[in-house]
Amino acid sequence: MKSFMTFRESLSLAVAKEMEADPSVFVFGLDVPDHKRIFGSTKGLVEKFGLERCFGTPLSEDAMTGVALGAALSGLRPIHVHIRVDFMMLAMNQIVNMISNLRYMSGGKLTIPLVIRAVIGRGWGQSAQHSKSLQSFFAHIPGLKVVMPTTPQDAYSLLRTSIRDDNPVIFLEHRWLYDVEGEVDERKTIPLGNATVRRQGDAVTVVATSWMNVEALKAAEVLERRGIQLEVVDVRSITPLDEETIIQSVKKTRRCIVADYDWAFCGFSAELASLIHHRCFNDLKKPVERLGFAPVPCPTTRPLENLFYPSAVHIIRIVEQMLGLEKTDLSGESFYSYEHNFKGPF
Amino acid sequence: MQKDILSKEESLALYRKLILTRLAEEKIREEYFKDEMKTPVHLGIGGEAIPVGVCHCLPPRSKTFGTYRNHSLYLAMTEDTDGFFGELYGKVNGPGKGKAGSMHLSFPERDFIATSAVVGTTIPVAVGAALANAYRKSNDVVTVFFGDGAVEEGVFWESLNFACLKNLRVLFVCEDNGLAIHTPAKERQGFQSILETVKTFDCYVGGGQGHDLQGVIQSTHQVVKQMEDQPKPGFLHFTYYRFLEHVGPREDFDAGYRSRPTPDNLDGLDPVLCFERDLCQNGCKPSELSAIKKSVEEKIAKSVLTAQKTDFPSSEELYTDLFV
Ligand SMILES: Cc1ncc(C[n+]2csc(CCOP(=O)(O)OP(=O)(O)O)c2C)c(N)n1
Ligand SMILES: [Mg+2]
Repeated sequence: MKSFMTFRESLSLAVAKEMEADPSVFVFGLDVPDHKRIFGSTKGLVEKFGLERCFGTPLSEDAMTGVALGAALSGLRPIHVHIRVDFMMLAMNQIVNMISNLRYMSGGKLTIPLVIRAVIGRGWGQSAQHSKSLQSFFAHIPGLKVVMPTTPQDAYSLLRTSIRDDNPVIFLEHRWLYDVEGEVDERKTIPLGNATVRRQGDAVTVVATSWMNVEALKAAEVLERRGIQLEVVDVRSITPLDEETIIQSVKKTRRCIVADYDWAFCGFSAELASLIHHRCFNDLKKPVERLGFAPVPCPTTRPLENLFYPSAVHIIRIVEQMLGLEKTDLSGESFYSYEHNFKGPF
Repeated sequence: MQKDILSKEESLALYRKLILTRLAEEKIREEYFKDEMKTPVHLGIGGEAIPVGVCHCLPPRSKTFGTYRNHSLYLAMTEDTDGFFGELYGKVNGPGKGKAGSMHLSFPERDFIATSAVVGTTIPVAVGAALANAYRKSNDVVTVFFGDGAVEEGVFWESLNFACLKNLRVLFVCEDNGLAIHTPAKERQGFQSILETVKTFDCYVGGGQGHDLQGVIQSTHQVVKQMEDQPKPGFLHFTYYRFLEHVGPREDFDAGYRSRPTPDNLDGLDPVLCFERDLCQNGCKPSELSAIKKSVEEKIAKSVLTAQKTDFPSSEELYTDLFV
């Protein structure tokens, strides 16, 4: 069955489907059942499944993460939700010392089917403590899978796959993607570790994570008018990583920008640059370029916040440099701005 | 003279602060819809008497920490409306040059050290500042404000334990509005009473109704005095009614998670109305109060205008202030 829906609706639909299919699936976290329903992404669940399978918690991220782990290794399939990835930092002990390790340390005897959902990225003047992504942080740890959907279909299918996965999965959802609409085929399954080519091109490959796919497609649209075709690859999951799709694309275009939605230093973009240099050394016409957050905490004030986050404009400028082109006149161009659709405060 | 009996002069100075915090936030409510203050605001309307009263009792040089719901505390500590509105408008004249915004206001030069929008985070930091005082044999007190939700974080109990163990002069102030965002305490807390539970720790405790400024001052004085006489932590628990939504300028009684109190009830819970009534009963003239109000209104209007006219930080500012 296919229908048109927003990213937020696709998330609650995915969870509802899995809760229907499997009574051991439950969803919990701070403010999960309140009337705002985590920006609408847990809508309808408490009505359908009751407070036993959809419940709120005290402000106790560390303990609740341990509780999720305990439930998971006892045969339940918890989905723990954080309205901001920044609050997950309180739970890093459980995530990094326990969840990621227990299967290994038990010699493969313990199984941890656990999903931790968290909202990432730019909101509206959110400043340094409500604005991070941290996929590189999580992906650094062996034993965690890290998933970053961009479209409603991917959010739906990848969340279902993540819930069915017998391993811990960190599922990162960009705040601005919540309003994105798209067609969702309820029967479509997508495995983890499966990147997708969002747009075909021959000039430069842009490997993008999460929101950066939206920016990359916008950059491609602008550059197309100059006859330059970008290829956009959405990695969809950081771990497991679909190296082949990325490498194939870079071997074709022979130029690559990694547009990551995170800090660049010691980050996923560095990992990919290393991988690509290694596997495509003789194919590359230019060194791999990387794009990410400015290397500072996220500032509140709008002019600096605009400079902090990477955008289509950055991608366009890097492509021009790589290809030795004159700068495109962007004065008449309208770029994505949340000002028009989103008026805070959260 | 007993410290908790207020002279008329003191009372009017307190009124000025109380009305300053209220009118500053009412001004935000008025201006917010123009979409120039691009920062999420957690307004403290209903709770102003707690920071105003507690700060009144703090000895000089008391380092203070708070949360994202920090407007009244900022203004009670500093009365700096220029910096306050500058920061909310994201302008260079804000104490954080616009980098902080509403949720991270601070003014370290005036002992308002830091606030945080991750719940509970400044509690151990205040304990650390109190440790530094003890280390240097200073008798100064450190104060930290936090909500009822913060008490659910393990770090609160860990910090309280350590502070009690080390007899540190740190004053914990719990501003209890019975809500964490939209969730009432009974859906979050598996114990009867915060105050009774904290009483089992080795510290001085006090508290009461946070809308009663004089009551806040009385219990704060008592606890601070004990802390000064013999070093130990203090814990103050004040209840108050949150008039507005968790974050943002509006009421939210139609959201369904709580009902609108009757006007009588609301008036009784309003710290400004309560203090005005007390003042008038003690011989202050309404004209004296309205004169104060008027001058505060002018001060706020001027600061808003200044903020609107001041520049945003330049692009280079993105990279400044990261390291010394
Ligand atoms: C560690 C952490 N978890 C969750 C949140 C999201 N959050 C922001 S405010 C809040 C409620 C806090 O309630 P309380 O401590 O009572 O303070 P109040 O807002 O009522 O002043 C929550 C859950 C957060 N900011 N930090
Ligand atoms: Mg509260």
